[in-house]
Amino acid sequence: MTGLLVLGLYVGAFFGSFFVAKRVFKSAFEKKGFNKLKTVTFGDESAITANRVASVVSVITVFWLWVAFTNSSIPLPKMPGPFLGDVEFTYTAQLEDGTTDDATVSVRVYREDIQQTVDADGNPGREPAPAEVEPGDGFAKNDTLTVARYAFKVVNVWQNDEVSKKEGSKVIAINGQPIEPGSEIKIPEGTISMTDKGTPTFAPATGLRMARLYLPAPEVVLQRFFWLNKEGYQGYTLFEHTRFSLQRVLLGFFFGALIGIPIGYAMGLTGWARGWFDPIVEFMRPIPPLALIPLIIIWFGIGELGKVVLLFLAALWIMIIAARSGVSGVAISKVHAAYSLGASKWQILSKVIVPNSLPDIFTGARVAMGVCWGTVVAAELVAANVGLGKMIVTASKFQLTDIIIVGIIVIGVIGFAIEVGMRKLESWLIPWKGKV
Amino acid sequence: MRFDLPNGGHVQALKNVTLDIKSGELMSVLGPSGCGKTTLLNIVAGFLAPTEGQIELNGHLVTGPSPERGMVFQQGALFEWMNVRDNVSFGPDMKGVSRAESKEKVEHLLEVVGLQDFKEKAIYELSGGMQQRVALARCLANDPDVILMDEPLGALDALTREKMQSLVLDLWKDTGKTIILITHSVEEALLLGERLLVMAPRPGRVHKEYRLPFADLGVGNDLREVKKHKDYAGTREEILEMIWNMEEEIMGRTEESA
Repeated sequence: MTGLLVLGLYVGAFFGSFFVAKRVFKSAFEKKGFNKLKTVTFGDESAITANRVASVVSVITVFWLWVAFTNSSIPLPKMPGPFLGDVEFTYTAQLEDGTTDDATVSVRVYREDIQQTVDADGNPGREPAPAEVEPGDGFAKNDTLTVARYAFKVVNVWQNDEVSKKEGSKVIAINGQPIEPGSEIKIPEGTISMTDKGTPTFAPATGLRMARLYLPAPEVVLQRFFWLNKEGYQGYTLFEHTRFSLQRVLLGFFFGALIGIPIGYAMGLTGWARGWFDPIVEFMRPIPPLALIPLIIIWFGIGELGKVVLLFLAALWIMIIAARSGVSGVAISKVHAAYSLGASKWQILSKVIVPNSLPDIFTGARVAMGVCWGTVVAAELVAANVGLGKMIVTASKFQLTDIIIVGIIVIGVIGFAIEVGMRKLESWLIPWKGKV
Repeated sequence: MRFDLPNGGHVQALKNVTLDIKSGELMSVLGPSGCGKTTLLNIVAGFLAPTEGQIELNGHLVTGPSPERGMVFQQGALFEWMNVRDNVSFGPDMKGVSRAESKEKVEHLLEVVGLQDFKEKAIYELSGGMQQRVALARCLANDPDVILMDEPLGALDALTREKMQSLVLDLWKDTGKTIILITHSVEEALLLGERLLVMAPRPGRVHKEYRLPFADLGVGNDLREVKKHKDYAGTREEILEMIWNMEEEIMGRTEESA
């Protein structure tokens, strides 16, 4: 149900912000430059540019949804939260002879993540003491209860009563409403239900926000980010985890390209090399690198060497195929032109084939970097002593969801940075790509 | 020239083509598609070895590509990763001539083809006509004895094409190079052919040879004036008729075999 609500809000934000932004940011919706003069742009893909207002609102929307569905302290409109504080309800106990007596249960609901909070002196938070109540008169005495948000607790109302459950005391009503075993009564602060054996339980109202275990608030994740950089996790700071992962990717990719590109060229230039490598490449290419992890661990252990070998294998086949298709993409007229201008075979290779294959090699390199980055995280999930994947999987075992989210964000940001960097490098190194 | 096919058969692409081209001649080759024009050019260039017969140039046999026979292709044969100047000086660079030595020649050629202001431009920044002028300059920079042109103006629009035709004529007269030009356009063949070879298909052979005055008339003159020459229209009709008949013959034959 909450999922549907999130989806509804998201779709509503998509359309709602469009109509609002169209009024407020008029200039962002105007056609720019030459497109200004086009009368019809629907179906004209070249006239479509990303509306930056939409990008900003989109990111803000995701952030707002994150805040709205968590117990965040950020002042943004939020979903109804879980009940926190003190509440009291009355129960009516009845003896076998029909006499009844009322008593209250004073409930104190505290934060479920109280132990992860820190007070002004830097001490971790503690569960609060129960409220102090008078026992009251009659055979049923007043009770207290402390319970964490999102949890529920059995209320043993007879523990201080004069007549115990065994001796025939039964709870027959809550707040004056009759209740039977197996049924429940809702109050704004929570739900009082009765087990099949007639013992009341109390579950504080949860609202629509998610507990810290499932989705920590943004500021919690941000704090965790700084903490990870300062204190580290599993003996390494976040920066070191990231550095190890990146280093593995770069080393694996470097060797993959170093070996793969010459092999690809050889396959494009000589029949012997093509025949020799064709079966290996075609066999190895469809195997996902993840399927090789067990074998790699058996052969090379869980250390750096195993990771680099795995990423080398992930990059190798991609780079071979990229270099090979780069050679096959050379127009024969270019090669003939170079021959008739007096170029030697070596000059044909270095001056014509290599530069002409750069666009294909770059495309391959982008794919290979993406695959390597995905593979390294997965490999670290399986077995590693340091790395972002290792950080995430260890944190998940201790239910440290905030560390998992920090890890996921760092992985995403770095993957995005790699892609952007490769694109910039590409447009700088091969400006003629796509223009010929 | 015979091509063996994978299914065991073969195609006779060229048969009994005997030509004697004198130094400094401008010969255009015309014919319906599939008559072996490009095969002939590839053999002369040395990219294909003839199954029978031989090519002789300056007293030696042609066995492979060589800088003495420069080629100009239709399009896409320029090196996009180099700027205009580097493309033109590619030939001298390959020979190991220093840039200082080749500089003068390259600058001169760029001026001749009217690209002196575009030396540092990348190839993809130039229009199609400019690109072909770079290709011409690149070929000339190597100082070949023979220039082979494979539909060099085929991809250009009609107006650019006319201008380029004048340029080719002027270069021919200025440099005195021997030029073999393959074309699909009858007009181009008439204007740029001191000698005009009409080829016939299956097997590719020389159908008829003309010696025309239009190329000489066109040097330094307006080509439109040349087209008004009394023989021009007649020759054009004659050749068009010839090629139409050949095309019809081919069509008829494919219909029969089908």
